[in-house]
Order: sequence, then C-alpha cells, then structure tokens
Amino acid sequence: MPRASLVDPQGQAVEHALHALGFAEVERVRVGKHVVLDVQAPTPDAALARARAMCDRLLANPVTEDYELAVAVAS
Amino acid sequence: MTRVAVIVFPGSNCDAETLAAAAAAGADAHFVWHRDTTLAGADVVILPGGFSYGDYLRSGAIARFAPIMAAVTEHARGGGPVLGICNGFQILCEAGLLPGGLMRNARLRFLSRPAWVRVERPATPFTAAYAPGEILELPIAHGDGRYVADARTAAELEHHGRVVWRYVRDNPNGSTNDIAGVCNAAGNVVGIMPHPERRTASVLGGQDGARVFQSMEARHATQQAVDVRAVGDRPLRV
Repeated sequence: MPRASLVDPQGQAVEHALHALGFAEVERVRVGKHVVLDVQAPTPDAALARARAMCDRLLANPVTEDYELAVAVAS
Repeated sequence: MTRVAVIVFPGSNCDAETLAAAAAAGADAHFVWHRDTTLAGADVVILPGGFSYGDYLRSGAIARFAPIMAAVTEHARGGGPVLGICNGFQILCEAGLLPGGLMRNARLRFLSRPAWVRVERPATPFTAAYAPGEILELPIAHGDGRYVADARTAAELEHHGRVVWRYVRDNPNGSTNDIAGVCNAAGNVVGIMPHPERRTASVLGGQDGARVFQSMEARHATQQAVDVRAVGDRPLRV
C-alpha cells in the first residue's frame, strides 16, 4: 500500500469514479497490491516471519510503501 | 579515455543510445550484461533507461538484485561515478544507492515529451561541463517518474545541494520539490529521470544532453593529467 503520507493518484482517480457512480459515502480510496504466497512452514508464525523478511527485502519498498501481513492455514 | 560500462538488463531499451552518447563524447564504452559479475575495469557505470523485468512489482525492484549489481554497488561505495537514467535512476533508488523512490506519475499517464530542467549542481562527474542555473531541454519518457522522499530526506537533499536537476516551466509528474535528478552524499552516484542520451546532436533535436557525457570524459582526462604530473617525467598509464 502506498504510504499514507504520499499522494496516491490511483486512489484519487478511483475515488472520483466512485463518486460519479453515486457512492457519495466514500471518503478516501487508496490502491495497493495484494501478493499471495503459498509457503511450507512449521507454524503460522514461522510463515509470517519469513513473509516479513520477503517484504523487507523485495516485496515492499519502505520508502514508498507500507505492508500488512495475514496468514491462513491451507486445508 | 574513460572506460564506461553500460549495464544491459532484460528490458533495457536505451542502452544503445547511451553507449553511442558516451562514445561520441570520446569514451571507450562497452555493454555489460546483467548476469556478469565484474565491470571489466570500467571507470564509470551507466544504468540506462527502459523497462527492466517489465517493471514487475515496482520499477527497478527486481533489477536491483541482478548479479552485476554487487559490482555496481562496490564501485559506487568506492567513489566510482555511477549514472542512472530513467529506469536506471529507479534501480539506484531501489538498491538504496540513492535516497527516495519513483512512483506513478501524478496524472497516471505515461509521458513522452520534452521537459525543461535547470542544472542545480554542476559539482558531479556528470554535470561539471554545465553552468549552474543553465536550462536544458531534455525528453522524458516515463510512467513512474514522480520522485518522492520523506520530508526529512527532502530537506536534507535541499540543504546539502543534492538536487542535481529540477524541472522548470512545469512539473510533469508531480515530483517532490520539482526534482528531476539527485545525487548521493558524496556526489558520485547520480540519477536523472529525463534522457540526456537522446539529445546529443542537433540532428536528434538538440544537444543539451551531450555535456552529461562530456563531463565524465573531461573529468577523467583531468585526473590522468594530475597523475602524470605526480610522477614527473615518467608517464604513468592509469
């Protein structure tokens, strides 16, 4: 997700389009990206730790982006 | 004669012009493939424009892990001149060799048109042949050209004169403080969003960009002259 302090022109464009479609309740839109990783890990916490390392190294740029992680166990 | 390495990534598309611009300035320029691990004795490294790795994930995010980047980083840390043009600038930011980052243009459109920049800092290996305040017409061709840096970094860049070029007349992409190019603290690593290599002869529409390459060649010649003087009448091959 683009850092909150930075202008997000994509989010602004989507916000304007939503307003034009009558969704007046929308106060702010920000557009980021969603990366899905299928990984093998002994525990969900271990998977999160690895994913955090991947974000810090490659998946997110700390200068321009913030990230959040969520883990789900495959059935 | 400066030995210039132009790094070629999959998706680079300004590599040939960049090599030609360096050669026209008198340099001995050669390509270095991104999978190589040495710079083959280069004095100067240039990362050209293009769309390395299709700009996947973020512009420059994957290229910065290419095998050659370890040698580029070592060259930069040792004070060697490095220039990143357009995608090369994005790669240098992703690699942490330059501060800040490049994001989607404020108006979300890919821009391919002339832009005007003012030379703010002649004290770099790539701008020494320009006068401070000189206005240049250089083409831009980018979708992700909006330079961003947090407030503290931007203030630091301004305070230490590390903004090398600044857009004038208009700010095409919404860059912080109209920044078109910056350098690192030592001044040897420089990034620029417009394309000086596309304006090196009047037949190309202008030659405002030629002195970027002449600067690096003149600097090298001066250094050699100093080295020769240092050993008196024994010519020293550097």
